[in-house]
Amino acid sequence: MDKIKINDEFFDIMPPEYQELVEEATYGKEDRGWKDVGVAKELIEEHSLCAGCPESIAFRYVLACLPNPQDTVMVGSTGCTSLVFPHVAIHNIHSLFGNQNAVASGLKRTLALRFPDKVKDVVVLAGDGATVDIGLDMTLQSWFRQEKFTTICFDNELYANTGGQESGLMQKGFVGKMAPAGKKFDKVPLPEIARDSGCHYVAMMTVSKPNRVEKAIRNAILVAREIGPTYIQLYTPCILEIGKQMMEGLQEMRDSEGPGKRFEFKEYISDEAKVFLDEVDAERKAKKKALRAARA
Amino acid sequence: MVKYRVEVGPEAYLPPSAACAGVVLPDPGQALIAGEVVHEDVGMEEAARRFLSAKIPTIFPGPLVLWNWNEKSVKKATAIKAMYDELKAHNPEALLIPMPDYRPKYPKINPEVEINPNHPNLTIWHNKIDVCMFVGVHCHQANLSLKIIRGGTNCYTIAMCAQAGHEDAMLTFRDATPDKIWMLVEAIKDVKKTL
Repeated sequence: MDKIKINDEFFDIMPPEYQELVEEATYGKEDRGWKDVGVAKELIEEHSLCAGCPESIAFRYVLACLPNPQDTVMVGSTGCTSLVFPHVAIHNIHSLFGNQNAVASGLKRTLALRFPDKVKDVVVLAGDGATVDIGLDMTLQSWFRQEKFTTICFDNELYANTGGQESGLMQKGFVGKMAPAGKKFDKVPLPEIARDSGCHYVAMMTVSKPNRVEKAIRNAILVAREIGPTYIQLYTPCILEIGKQMMEGLQEMRDSEGPGKRFEFKEYISDEAKVFLDEVDAERKAKKKALRAARA
Repeated sequence: MVKYRVEVGPEAYLPPSAACAGVVLPDPGQALIAGEVVHEDVGMEEAARRFLSAKIPTIFPGPLVLWNWNEKSVKKATAIKAMYDELKAHNPEALLIPMPDYRPKYPKINPEVEINPNHPNLTIWHNKIDVCMFVGVHCHQANLSLKIIRGGTNCYTIAMCAQAGHEDAMLTFRDATPDKIWMLVEAIKDVKKTL
């Protein structure tokens, strides 16, 4: 893959962060992943989220695990993620609240027409309010239509950015700062709805285990590229809204992912996607083996 | 009604867009000076004179020429660097300041190192730039920046536009190709001889 380049005449006048991005970021690296965070030049220069926010590390993992960052367009929605997108070194579109899957549908189709010989990935990244409440129509319709892109929901179980209103993904009985009566009905089972609506790869988890997040993100994007829609739901608790300290985000995620808990790991893979992912795995193993043999 | 002229500011906090004030874009082979249509050669000579008589002439290359994304961008970069070298040889104060992208990078932006199209006046003020040229800047950001510069600074703006030109610049060219940028380099060399 060709890496992004600065024209030679202007390399020395470019601000250092761009020079570093071109020389030290992981664009074009086939086996890029979460282990590059903190070692290679990261695709989030700095972020404007709260200290200790689990969403910020989730965002870093997502960016580090994109298989094709140079040719990926992310579609965001209103919320805390939209505060970070201006700092991200990946093409992105900020859509109207809830419209993200509709925008991504048009974008994916247009990219396929405009660049028929190139792999262009589209990834939606939105909060639970945008995915499940305001944008549920757009989310579901894109799955029904079998649009080939990945939807990632950062589930913090309420409208965190606006002060803690109730969302469809809020757990039953939870009392938010702006939901004083407490949630009256169960958390919307979106992973199951996604599976039944035609998503070929669905995963729900916290971001406490980066290896698992990496695998899910890669699987979801590769399956979306080749087969059809995919969905990932990541628990990214809002420490401010649930009354936690900044060092307690990780423990909160760990406490929520055990057997029978709200964020117990779930993964649904369609038969078609299973065959495809097995092929991808076999190919990757063969490559690794060949590499090892070449080194020896 | 008095005809609106696109002249050096500071004009106002929110100046009108030149298009709303009745300025129309030039046709191919033409340029605009202060909103008046002129032959492109006249524009070349005027741009060269402005650059050579400036205290701090500055070129602001935008993403379309900073990044190596196609063959044309590489050729344009070579021509722009040659133009800067000509200006620098004439006036050691000449500057080449990039506009790498349009993200609102607060508060870390350094006006000496880059120009942010959302606050171009900061770079103009800080570096005391009196004549500048935009080249390789996407139209929507160039329009915004040129208006802010006209509104809040006394900098003379030139736009080397690859599309239909920018009426919000005091001097604009259109259909900028590598050859057209080289034409301006030649015009600078010619005018230099007459000084």
